[in-house]
Formats: sequence, structure tokens, C-alpha cells
Amino acid sequence: MEHQTPHALRSYLIGFVLAVILSAVPFWLVYTHALPPHRTLLVIGIAAVLQVLVHLRFFLHINFTTTPRENILALVFTCLLLFIMVGGSFWIMFDLHSRMLI
Amino acid sequence: MFGKLTIEALPFYSPIAAGGALVTVGGALLVAIVLTWLKAWKYLWTDWLTSVDHKRIGVMYVVLALIMLLRGFVDAIMMRAQQAMALNGGGYLPPEHFDQIFSSHGTIMIFFMAMPFMTGLINIIVPLQIGTRDVAFPWLNAVSLWLSAAGAALVMVSLVIGKFSTAGWTGYPPYSGIEYNPGVGVDYWIWAILISGVGSTMSGINFIVTILKRRAPGMTLMRMTPFVWTALVASVLMAFAFPAITVACGLLALDRLAGMHFFTNAHGGNMMNYVNLFWIWGHPEVYILILPAFGIFSEVVSTFSRKRLFGYESLVYATAAIGVLSFTVWLHHFFTMGSSAGVNAFFGVMTMIIAVPTGVKVFNWLLTMYRGRIDFHPSMMWSIGFMVTFVIGGMTGVLLAIPPADFLMHNTTFLVAHFHNMIIPGVLFGYLAGYMYWFPKVFGFAFHRGWGLGAFWCWIIGFYLAFMPLYLLGLKGMPRRMETYNDPTWQPYLLVAAFGAFVVLCGIGCMVMQLYVSIRDRNKTRDLTGDPFNGRTLEWSTSSPPPPYNFAVLPTVSDREAFLEMKEKGTAYQRPAAYEALRIPSNTPIGVILGAFGFVLGFAMVWHIWWLVLAAGLVMFAAVIVRSSNDDQEFTMSAAEVKAIEDERFRAMGSRP
Amino acid sequence: MSVAPMNEHEREEIEVHEQRALGFWLYLMGDAAIFALLFATYAIMIPGTAGGPTGKQLFELDNAAIETVLLLVSSMTFGFASLQVKAGNRGAVLVWLAITFLLGAGFVFLEVREFAGMIAKGAGPDRSGFLSAFFTLVGTHGVHVTMGLIWIVVLGLQVALKGLTLPVASRLYRLGLFWHFLDIAWVGIFSIVYLPGLL
Repeated sequence: MEHQTPHALRSYLIGFVLAVILSAVPFWLVYTHALPPHRTLLVIGIAAVLQVLVHLRFFLHINFTTTPRENILALVFTCLLLFIMVGGSFWIMFDLHSRMLI
Repeated sequence: MFGKLTIEALPFYSPIAAGGALVTVGGALLVAIVLTWLKAWKYLWTDWLTSVDHKRIGVMYVVLALIMLLRGFVDAIMMRAQQAMALNGGGYLPPEHFDQIFSSHGTIMIFFMAMPFMTGLINIIVPLQIGTRDVAFPWLNAVSLWLSAAGAALVMVSLVIGKFSTAGWTGYPPYSGIEYNPGVGVDYWIWAILISGVGSTMSGINFIVTILKRRAPGMTLMRMTPFVWTALVASVLMAFAFPAITVACGLLALDRLAGMHFFTNAHGGNMMNYVNLFWIWGHPEVYILILPAFGIFSEVVSTFSRKRLFGYESLVYATAAIGVLSFTVWLHHFFTMGSSAGVNAFFGVMTMIIAVPTGVKVFNWLLTMYRGRIDFHPSMMWSIGFMVTFVIGGMTGVLLAIPPADFLMHNTTFLVAHFHNMIIPGVLFGYLAGYMYWFPKVFGFAFHRGWGLGAFWCWIIGFYLAFMPLYLLGLKGMPRRMETYNDPTWQPYLLVAAFGAFVVLCGIGCMVMQLYVSIRDRNKTRDLTGDPFNGRTLEWSTSSPPPPYNFAVLPTVSDREAFLEMKEKGTAYQRPAAYEALRIPSNTPIGVILGAFGFVLGFAMVWHIWWLVLAAGLVMFAAVIVRSSNDDQEFTMSAAEVKAIEDERFRAMGSRP
Repeated sequence: MSVAPMNEHEREEIEVHEQRALGFWLYLMGDAAIFALLFATYAIMIPGTAGGPTGKQLFELDNAAIETVLLLVSSMTFGFASLQVKAGNRGAVLVWLAITFLLGAGFVFLEVREFAGMIAKGAGPDRSGFLSAFFTLVGTHGVHVTMGLIWIVVLGLQVALKGLTLPVASRLYRLGLFWHFLDIAWVGIFSIVYLPGLL
């Protein structure tokens, strides 16, 4: 099912270090206000997406060789649906906010 | 000790309400008396309530659906009668009662009639059609059933203790919030939906894994039956759409129970977010309901035209397209609630696009029938009736999809006519077609054709009489959900509609007669071959009813019409040299226990009996932990037992080659 | 796992494990949809403070940072437990599960303390729509973590009493999916709730 032990241990350690970096940078930016808010938000967003990918790859061992195809399809489909549902909700609710003050 | 529950919860304030309570309690007592008289309690417990067999669970789902069809139809006929009489304050139902009735009618028909009917048919047939012995998670399957039953029980108990919601089947806040609706009605509605929704989500997951991972050797995805394809896509929709209604109703519950402000008028609430979340679920839901019905029509039309289904690939792609597109149209349920032209236009266009794949399917069915040799079995009649009537409803849907036009028709009886025009000929006719088609397979004897045809004609004539006037009334300006009105030109239409409801009642009477006559004559109409209609798909290769293990030897498949190919090549009904012992999941009471305590949990939530909420929750929690720690969940059926069952089957079949 | 050819029974058991893993993965996808809609609701309701306190006034960066560290380390320690399951070392599995439990319990403790503090200041979930959304989003995650803690205890008992059988290992695998998923959800929470709120 999974990789052999030494590779898997390395996987968790690399994932951990990457996740620490990808958490520390956004936290540090907010602690110090080193960048203007819009730039900080951008860094937070990018770091978050990257960290999710790190978790998927190094902790959940999702890859294109050993992970069953159905699981990857489910993940991709979920991402598509979340984009539609969350994106659609934002578009609708902010449009309503500007017209209906709600 | 009993929270908000007092003796005043009993319906002595109105003779009609008391009547409803009496019928409910009386019905339950009648069932208990019959079971006692037949000494059938033990049999019911060991063979049905604790079963994890998909065929048994499926039958129980369909029984639940048919009972709730009766209850939901009583609501319908009460509303039609009221509106026929209600000119200038006439009629017999006070507004608050009328409001409960239209709310429970919609809630019951969608959640406790259509969903269980669909889940039941998928449960019974899909494992047989893919050549496997059961679904992927048999115990979870039982839990789903009993959670759905718990939800239905909550709606039924609201007839006896307390009242039901008056906020419609959609429950929009702030009207459904605690400030404007402090009573128990909305809470009954919320918990019935939340509890049964967990069951539906789990069913969706169960069927996805079953279909993706348990198909017989050789059955590639493009060799699955159309019903299995539509079940797969509907299951994907179930797994991904139900989270949205869980959030919508869950947040509403938090508003009502914990004083939160998700959807309140003041304190920063945003009531349009409820509408948004609800319909993110609500639109995929109607496709969840219709897709398996389309799958049934594909099978029925092919079998009773004695012809291979036309355009299988296009049907598969149309189904998949509908599945994805169903998540992109939800705003069309609230075009009129303040969105800008750009937003409305986008969702309007997507709504029109989604009609196209369904149109493709209609052509496929017509072309399957063309040059076939049609057997006008009741199921075929339901299918033909569907094709004509559903297309009309689809056209009114495209009309409603135009936002400026919708501003005139939204929340009028035109809308009511449209969605009934989709759900009755589409969803209900489809499930009734499947019910009458597969009945011999499930029970082993014939389903009376004559009464089936009678049911069809009454339903379709009654449908046109009940709903075509509503289109015209909507164009004349009549809003939906009206308990009284003062425009006398509306009344003739409503009288016709009421008569239509009465004709449908005759159709239901035919369905009851069909059951009675078929059961009475069952020994004369036994299905000994398992294949009464010269079927083309794998379920017809088993005996009627199938054995507990479905297939003694799992079939190997090399064609889309697996069983027909076997019959043509002469490889059907082969018997192995030796039988193997089979591992079969054992019965367990934990499913029905979870359902029972789920009901108690919901009831206690409604009435604010907090200690009972905690106790029921702990019991359910403990039951799940006990079950999950148990590794011994199967028993072995010996090869000798399997052989005995198979030998008996082939003996009954006689000297069939 | 042995590399000898499997018999029919073993192959069926592995198929059952794969089906359960897929089923659980699908449940996690649905859970992701629930979280996504709660995130969307939160974002929509940030302005809904109804004259009450805002995130800037209430959130504490230190607390969020410690919670992040606790959960991230616990993901790694659960990973170590998973490795020990594959190696078949029952005792080591129990040790790593216990450490994971302590880290997770620390996370829940900090979160409960944060919530209690906010409620004591009159900034509870009933104060405004914004706070309702905050408590529900973060609280739902916290409830999931708590369920995970209970699950760790139950499986720890199973490991102690039954050993690392295939069913027990299969359940630990699914708990691992759950635990890592919750850390992913937390990345979303600090990135959407705490950090932007304190900007």
C-alpha cells in the first residue's frame, strides 16, 4: 500500500519542515506588518495553498502512481465543486450586498 | 424534565388536527395489531429490522416511500379541496393549518417519498445489475435506512404531538427563525431533514464505492447498465450536495437554539445566505431524484421495445453533463430576490443549457422505440406518459429560466405547475415504472397488469386535470400557497384541479388493488424462471426472488447487455462443478437502534429536553463504537447450503436449456 | 506486509480495506464541502459585527501560533505512529498515539480557553452575525478534533487489546486521513480567520 519505511519517514520530516516554513512566513508578516496589507494577504493565500499541497503530498501521500485513480478524481471533482459553490456564493452575496445592502 | 413539552401539545384545539392525529395513531396501532395477530414480531425483527441485506433494506425503503406517498397525498387532496372552496373566505381550513399542510406536503414528498423510493430501488437493483453480492458497506446501508425512517417518524409524530412547520418545505428565515416562529414546527422540520440527510449522504457514498469497486469481472464502466450509470451520478450528487443543506439547516438550528445571528434581521445576520445555501443543495437534489428515474426509463423502454438502447454513449455523457451542470444553476430559484442583471443572466443561461442533455435522452428513448416490437406493459405506459408530459414541463422550465419572464411567474401557481410537471411525470412515473417492472424479481410472483394500467391512466389524466389549470391560473396572477382568494374567475380552474386530485386518488386506489390482487393470486403467478420479460441485464439472471448471496458464482461480463448476450451464446444458467462456501454479513440490531435513538434525539431537540438529547446522543455514540470494535461481522454459508438453494432454483425452472 | 503471493482471503481483505478507505475519503470530501461553505459564510459575515467587537479586537496571534504548532507537530507524530503500524511495533504505536493525543488535547484546551475568554467579554456567538460565524467555523473544527481525540483513545484500546491486526491497522489508516485532513482545515482557518483578521 505505502512506500517503504525510510522513504516514508523522510516524507513526514520534509513535509513538516516545509509546513513550518509555510506557516511561519505568513505569521511573521502579520506579527511585524512588514508588507502592506494587500501584499500580506496575497502571501498568506499563496502560502496556504502551497501548504495544503504539502500536506496532501507528504502527509497523505497523494501522488499519481500509488494513489487509486478514484481518490484523485474525487479530490479534483471536490476542488471543482468547491470553486463553483464558494465562488458562486461570493459572486451572488457581494452582488446582493451592493444592490440590496444586505 | 420534559422541556417545553406539555399536555397542550396534543391536538385537541381543532377537530381536523385531532382527526389527523387519530388516523396516525390508529394506523400505527393497526399495524401493531396485525403483527401480533400474525405472530410476526420475531420474524419482522430477525428477517427485516436487523437485516443488512440490500434487497431487504431496499424493500423497506420502498414501503416507507409508499406509506409517505399516502400521507403526502392526503395533504394534497386537503389543499385542493380547500382551494376549490376558498373563494371569499370559504373553505374548511384555517390559515395556520393550511400553512402546515403545504409545508408538510412538500417536505414529505421530497425527503420521505421520492428520496426513499429512489434509494430503495437503487438498493435492490444496482448490486444485482453489477454482478455483486451486496453494497460496499451493508451495515452503513441499514443505518441510512433507519435514519431516514427516524426523520419520517419525526414528521409523522408532529401530527400527534405539537405542530408542523408553517414555513414551507424550504423554511426561509427570518420567518423560520426563533423570533417569528418560536413554536416547535420549524424544529421538527429541521431535525427531520438533518437526521435523514446524514442517511442520504452515507447512501451516496455507499453507492459510489459499490459501483466503482464491486463490479463483476469484465464489466467496464461503459458496460454498466443505464440505471447503474444514473445511480452513480446521482450518488455523487448526494455525497456532494447534502453538505450544503446540512450547513443551511444546521446554521438555522444554531440561530433558533443558541441565539446566533446567521439569518436574523438584526445583529449582522444575512438571510439571503440561507436562500443561497439551501438552493446550492436544492437544485442538485432535483437531479438526484430525476436521474435514476431516467435510468429506469432507459431500461424499461429497451426491454419492452425488445430492442437495444439507442445511443448508450450519448446517454452516459448526457448524464455526466447533467451531474456537473446541476451545480451551476441554483440561483434560478431566486431570480427575483435582488441580484443584478449579470448574475441573473449567467444562471438563466446555464439553466437553459442544462435542458439540452435531457433533450438528447428523450431522442434516445424515442429512437429505441422506433422499429421496436412494443409490449405495452404498465411500465412502458408510465414511460410513454412521461415522455409526452415531462417535455411540456421542461418547456415551461425554459420559459421560467428567462429572468424577466420569471419576475411575472415566480411564486405563482405557474411555478407550482412547472415543478409538479417535472416531479410527477418524471420522478414518480419513473419510480412507479421501476416498481411495476421489478416487482416480480423482488417478490417472485407477477404484478397484476390490469390494475397497473388503471393506476397509470388515473394518474396521468388526474395529473393533467390537476395541474394544467394551475399554469393558466399562474398566468392570470394567482400566487402559490393561498388559503383564500377573492377573484371568482379563479374558482372554476381550482374546481377542475380538485377533480384532478380526485382522479389521482382513484389511481392510488388502483395501486392498492394491484397489490391486493397480486398477493392474493401469488401462487398462480409464480415467476419460476426469474426472467418474465426476456430481460437483457444481469438482475434477470437470478431467481425471483434472488438468493441471499445474489450469485453463487460471480458472472463474467463481456457485453453491455450482459444477460442477453449470455442467453444468445448459450452460457446463461450454467452450474459450476462445485459450489464454494460464502461469507455473508450478519444481521445486527445496531442499525435500527441508531434509528430509534436518532428519532429520540430529534424529538428531544424539538422539545428542548436536554437531558434526553445527551442520553440519546451517548447511546448512539456508544453503539457506533461497539460496532466499530467488532471484527466478527460475517457468518459462513456452507457450500452444501448454497448447493441446496441452487438445486431448488434449477429444479423449479424445469427443463430450461 | 509480506511479499509472498496472497491467497484469496487476504486479497479480499485488502479489497475491503481499499473500499473502506475510498468510502472514508469520500466522506472527507463531503466534510470539505461543509467547511468550505462555513468558510464562505464566515467571509460573507465579516462585516456583520452589529456594532460589536471585530476580529482585530478579539483574536490573539500568539494563541493561534501555538495552536498551529501543536496541530502541525501532532500531524507529524501521527505520521510516526503510522510508520510504526507498518513496522508492526505495537508499543511504539501506542507511544506515538499518546503523544498525538496530548498535542491535540492541548490544542482543544487552548481553543476552549479562547472561546471562554471571548464569551466572558460579551463577545459570544449570540453577540453578532460575525461572531456566530466565527464560533461556528472554528468550533466545528474543534469538535472534529475532539472526535479525533476520542477516536485515538478507542483505537489505542483496540491496539492494546487486539494488536495490530488488519482491521485495526485499516481503522488507524482512516483515523490518519481524518487527522491530516483536520490540519489542512486548520491551515484554512488561520489563513482566512486569524491572520487576515489581525492585519
